[in-house]
Amino acid sequence: MDFNDTPEEAAFRNEARTWLEANAKPQTDEEGGDVLGEKLDDATVAWCKEWQKKKAEAGWACLTWPKEYGGRGATSIENVIWKQEESKFDTPPDIYGIGLGMCGPTIMTHGNEDQKKRWIPDMMLGQEVWCQLFSEPSAGSDLAGLRSSAVRDGDDWIINGQKIWTTGAQICDWGILVVRSDPMAAKHAGLTYFVVNMNAPGIEIRPITQINGGQGFNEVFFTDVRIPDSDRIGEVGDGWRVAITTLMNERASIGGGGGAGNSSELLRLARTVQIDGRPAIDNEAVRQKIARFYIRAKGLQFTGNRTLTALSRGQTPGPEASLGKLVGGVLVQDMAEFGIELAGMAGAVDDATFSADGAAWQERFLSIPGLRIAGGTDEVLRNIISERVLGLPPEVRVDKGIAFKDIPTGPPSS
Amino acid sequence: MNFDFSEDQKLLKQTARDYLEEHAPLTACREVLESNQSHSDALWKGAAELGWLGAVIPEEYGGAGFGYLELAVIAEEVGRALAPIPFGPSVYLAAEAILHCGSDEQKQKYLPRLAAGEWIGTFATSEAMGQNGFDGFATTLEGGKLSGTKFPVPDGETANFAVVATADGELALVDLEGAGVQRQAVKSLDPSRPLAKIVFEGAPAEALAEGAGQLDTLTDRAAVLMAFEQLGGATRSFELTREFTLGRYAFGRPVASFQGVKHRLADLWCEIELARSNCYYGAWALSHDDPELGIAASLSRVSASESFDLAAREMIQFYGGVGYTWEYDCHLFYRRAKLLSVALGSPSAWKNRLIDRIEDKAKSA
Repeated sequence: MDFNDTPEEAAFRNEARTWLEANAKPQTDEEGGDVLGEKLDDATVAWCKEWQKKKAEAGWACLTWPKEYGGRGATSIENVIWKQEESKFDTPPDIYGIGLGMCGPTIMTHGNEDQKKRWIPDMMLGQEVWCQLFSEPSAGSDLAGLRSSAVRDGDDWIINGQKIWTTGAQICDWGILVVRSDPMAAKHAGLTYFVVNMNAPGIEIRPITQINGGQGFNEVFFTDVRIPDSDRIGEVGDGWRVAITTLMNERASIGGGGGAGNSSELLRLARTVQIDGRPAIDNEAVRQKIARFYIRAKGLQFTGNRTLTALSRGQTPGPEASLGKLVGGVLVQDMAEFGIELAGMAGAVDDATFSADGAAWQERFLSIPGLRIAGGTDEVLRNIISERVLGLPPEVRVDKGIAFKDIPTGPPSS
Repeated sequence: MNFDFSEDQKLLKQTARDYLEEHAPLTACREVLESNQSHSDALWKGAAELGWLGAVIPEEYGGAGFGYLELAVIAEEVGRALAPIPFGPSVYLAAEAILHCGSDEQKQKYLPRLAAGEWIGTFATSEAMGQNGFDGFATTLEGGKLSGTKFPVPDGETANFAVVATADGELALVDLEGAGVQRQAVKSLDPSRPLAKIVFEGAPAEALAEGAGQLDTLTDRAAVLMAFEQLGGATRSFELTREFTLGRYAFGRPVASFQGVKHRLADLWCEIELARSNCYYGAWALSHDDPELGIAASLSRVSASESFDLAAREMIQFYGGVGYTWEYDCHLFYRRAKLLSVALGSPSAWKNRLIDRIEDKAKSA
């Protein structure tokens, strides 16, 4: 039992680090923490594209992709090692996660040869940015309940409806889209999957202002948007199966044991703040609370190490990864709230000049509620754990075996 | 990254499980709990024959010469079986104290007998209500005479000898069957693991050769092993609860199909997994003699204590009415979980100790 790389992993890490040292500057500022995104400006997007191209030309862009698609054919553990090393350098925000992590693998699995040739190379070089158009105002956790429609018109499809929570839609060239092509069919059987040009007429993008004031997400409205049938991925009515491929890849790219709350900042704060003329860290109640946070944060960190061990041994981590998001989301929220509480009445001040740590605790307080919802609410994660890890029976479903149009969408009208 | 037990260690664990499933079903625990026996003598002899009692004792002192990772997997299985034997006090505490702090003569005298199961040792720290056994002792060792009261002492009535923490930070070795020792059984919350009050009135005793100031380290080491025992109990308790809720039907469905039950089981599973991860870190630090042991032991100890307490408490509720009957086994887990969670200092005491260690490390950095 140890935390060391295997000799092969160490060699790979060394190779990655050598390339990064020659091509990027070391990270100087401290880790930003969990903050829900802002809209990106043009200069940042240009930096993203430059860095991605540089990586692609050196073979560091799509590590786990097969070599035939320009990837490196690397293992999952090598991909994790690359990310660990890359994070130590000053690199632009990741705007390609959705494209390279989810859209690319879906097109490789379900797309035809023409589609692969048309989209994959520019995606890899980072010259085209992709977004995901899945969630709708009334279809989040229950994604297959989506209602945006696709109606066939000659060689085209006409799309109408609304998508939501689309990250970075303004800077994107292409999107993956699931829509309802047959409302008479059963819920999961009436969906079809498309690639849509984000500059097509009839698409309107409106940023959503989050409770932390950021605008990382958008609503995307479709009004008679035409998509050629040649941009359909998979068969008509087979969209759910294609979407599952995308979502499985989402889980794979999220998994791998990420940062789940850092209790050292809270400890630092508790050493500075005074309670009854003594550092807060000497206060019995504070000590008990922080110990609890620290123990949970370490538990998550070592659970991540166990997941990496499975990856290192060539196993695929399963839905166990849901643990990290479920426990970690609540934990970072608890810690942010306690960071505010430690400041006493001054905790209500949300002002970088006057608040502790440049108001980072207040920023987290306003960001974290969204992180707990994005990518699966606590309840969805508990269902995943109880059904797929623990083998407990699935939910009783009242929306099975009937036409989508007959599924209730609200309380009965009297 | 290789943060897991090896194939050989997993095989050892499976062997231990197979043995305990055959020789220590829950009826073995219940038999001790319902009788006046202090422990299962047959199981104690079996553990000795399998080499578990001397797992980390070097071969020259009659042990098996395994490492601490091996002892950790055995401890998990002992905990899983709710084995009614003085494994923790004798193996993680008394034998460890002598192995690490004893003179060669002391090792020669005690270790072979401990490994063979001929002697049972115990470890006496707490003296009164409210203590967690870390410090504040009044018991004295002067001129080879031990005086004071220890309460409660695990297996205090049956152990042959005790390692006793004293006021001046020494660890005294005392024969519990000799003069100047009064032992009195006290009713245990978990009668499958007995407790006693011991009064020493000038009992002949000697200090462990290198025992001065070693209590913290010894309790850290023992805490990791005890955490594995607790982890085993928590895991078994959870597995039984899962099976029960799958098999029991209400409103025409398995109880385990209701979201109110599924989600609580998912949360409980998360707690036990976090505890497992922290325990692995404890095992790593223990087996590598790493300076992080103090922190790692606190992490293992608190998360294993709290998850076993939670699993056992939830078990009764998930079983419903039958879970509250003497006949069902839920109370065996409930009792054992609470007994172990205070056995080496309570979770809140260990949280306090954790912050001390983090702050010491920050100051020395």
